[in-house]
Amino acid sequence: MLKSKDVLGLRDMSKEEILEILDVAKEMKMRIENPQLRKPELKNTSVITLFYENSTRTKTSFALAGEYLGATVQDLGISTSSVKKGESLIDTGKTIDQMGADIMVMRNSYTGAPHVLARNVNAHVINAGDGANEHPTQALLDLYTIRDYKKNFEGLKVAIIGDISHSRVARSNVFGLRKLGAEVTLAGPSTMLGGLGKLGVKTTSSVKEAVTDADVVMGLRIQFERQKTVSFPGLSEYRELFGVSSEMLKYAKKDVLVMHPGPVNRGIEFTTDVIDGRNSVINIQVKNGVAVRMAILKLLMTGGK
Amino acid sequence: MKLLIKNGRIINPASNMDAKGDILVIDDKIAEIAEKIETKADKVIDAEGKWVTPGFIDLHVHLRDPGFEYKETIATGSRAAAMGGFTTICCMPNTSPVTDSEIMVEYIKMRAEREAVVNVLPIGAITKGQAGEELAEIGKMAKAGACAISEDGKSVMNAGLLKTAMNYSKMFNIPMLSHCEDKSLVGGGVMNAGVQSQLMGLKGISNDSEDVIASRDIILAENTGAKLHLCHVSTRGSVQLLREAHARGVNVTAEACPHHFTLSDEAVTSYDANTKMNPPLRSREDVEAIRNALKDNTINVIATDHAPHSIDEKNCEYDKAAFGIVGLETAIALGVTTLVEGGYLTPSQLIEKMTINPARVLGIDKGDISVGKTADIAVIDAENLYKIDASKFESKGRNTPFDGYEVKGKAVYTIVGGKVVVEEGEMA
Repeated sequence: MLKSKDVLGLRDMSKEEILEILDVAKEMKMRIENPQLRKPELKNTSVITLFYENSTRTKTSFALAGEYLGATVQDLGISTSSVKKGESLIDTGKTIDQMGADIMVMRNSYTGAPHVLARNVNAHVINAGDGANEHPTQALLDLYTIRDYKKNFEGLKVAIIGDISHSRVARSNVFGLRKLGAEVTLAGPSTMLGGLGKLGVKTTSSVKEAVTDADVVMGLRIQFERQKTVSFPGLSEYRELFGVSSEMLKYAKKDVLVMHPGPVNRGIEFTTDVIDGRNSVINIQVKNGVAVRMAILKLLMTGGK
Repeated sequence: MKLLIKNGRIINPASNMDAKGDILVIDDKIAEIAEKIETKADKVIDAEGKWVTPGFIDLHVHLRDPGFEYKETIATGSRAAAMGGFTTICCMPNTSPVTDSEIMVEYIKMRAEREAVVNVLPIGAITKGQAGEELAEIGKMAKAGACAISEDGKSVMNAGLLKTAMNYSKMFNIPMLSHCEDKSLVGGGVMNAGVQSQLMGLKGISNDSEDVIASRDIILAENTGAKLHLCHVSTRGSVQLLREAHARGVNVTAEACPHHFTLSDEAVTSYDANTKMNPPLRSREDVEAIRNALKDNTINVIATDHAPHSIDEKNCEYDKAAFGIVGLETAIALGVTTLVEGGYLTPSQLIEKMTINPARVLGIDKGDISVGKTADIAVIDAENLYKIDASKFESKGRNTPFDGYEVKGKAVYTIVGGKVVVEEGEMA
């Protein structure tokens, strides 16, 4: 049972809630693979997606998750909506609320925007990424994927590598993984590590140190769109110092999972042979994303307060 | 017109007075102070159990007129001031158009004359349009009545230009009030950089963005001999720089704001933009440093940085929300509650930082209720516990993190030039 009306982040979610979502997602995954198992449990439920930032996977994933459960899913095309006429977030939210939306899924470039929306609407709000703050459904699908392969989290060594300071994925994963007992090491240029070390995780600028003995190596995209000033001299230097190649991956455990939230800058964060290699679960993450989002939709509609 | 204030605890730091007694005001002047005054008066105020102090002086207020009258006007801002026990307020030049010329100073004076219930002293900009490129007409503004110059809201980033402004302003014997912030180090931050900003996922503003400019401005003041006053000091680094400057004998004073000595960044918990201001609420260590700097007089002035905004500018995404909170109607309460009850300052030290010390920064004959002085007086109830209610503010701005806060300290009377403008805690 989820304790809150909304799913805004893993920072404020309990270990029990996280595990419940992962459990429900397991059943949901079977429904993706076998259409015969799909039940219209959320018939008469309306889901609206509001994406103030671009997205391929998350938006489509939510749309399909809703449809597999029989819900109606509508996208408010932000670029063709009144948002472009200057309508405020709260006013847009209240408008959609009046139309009877049950769930609003929002991505926004401002930290805390979903929290502001959630305070002002009756609908359940799901954060599909807010600024450099959190991306809870991405972290939950990452956790699902890790659990699927590694069975439990206690003592698991997870290396997250790349543009840490701008990454909501890294932050949500740090909150979630620590609650579940994994050891997290963050690696990247010292100018892109941010202050996450203050939250009790290890940080290093040595990719080798982070990768050594790792059970999971997660890469992050360099977010050029969030950089106010450039934090490193150029891509060629970045690739050489912080890119993960199959050579580098040899320092990790043999059965290491290679993960990436996508979209990948091929040849920068990971070399192509790592992305497409036998340890990579990057494509499986995408499927798990639909399952996790189905679980969240279902839990919110059947138990969320 | 005779006004007699009886039985109060008269706190007048300018004359080292802290004793029970009566004050007689005749017309606009303090006529007599004695243990007991028996005379027939037109009006008698019983101040038993209350503090009777000089009216407060606020060096740092945004009145928003002209240009942003939907946030505040000189009328509403001055009423808010009166409700807070302030009798003189200095308004910052980040208006639209910017207060950077004689005519703008005249305009504010004219408006204040017409609609303000307290004294309003305009502050002129350092550069034209606050653009940081050429000096504003500092001399003409000073002659027209500007009490100080400031680029508030930002720093003059060109150090050479700032040094020229310091050298130039010396001729007019007005202080430079310096907002210390290197925007290149702020990098789009919206709250203090620290554990809390990491928890919140909000971009942080590091202490060094303030410290480097404080350091630069102190060095330039030392070299030019200008009167420098640092606005809203928020970091332990700035405090350290001030201590070192004072030890060298540099002519630099500083103010702290009630929110900076009361709250730390741990108050930023819910993306409620009423905790968003510039400089931001800092770490606990910084808050402690500010309190101790007030205690040892490294920081000699308390100013509000009263910054009213409309509801829509605050009730939105935290990143988008305007910086600033209102402060005139909560300042004395936070001073009494945090600093006096907290054991950092005596009542007299608190009042000193809100009256005679800011008057000395400006070099004006105010902040003193000795016999013969202008009767700008506040009567403060420092005993009754009450809850701050932002919906009752006289200011148009309701943007405060202190709504619902339980505090002690309230102005029950505010007297401006012998005229009662606040009576029993209400506008007269």
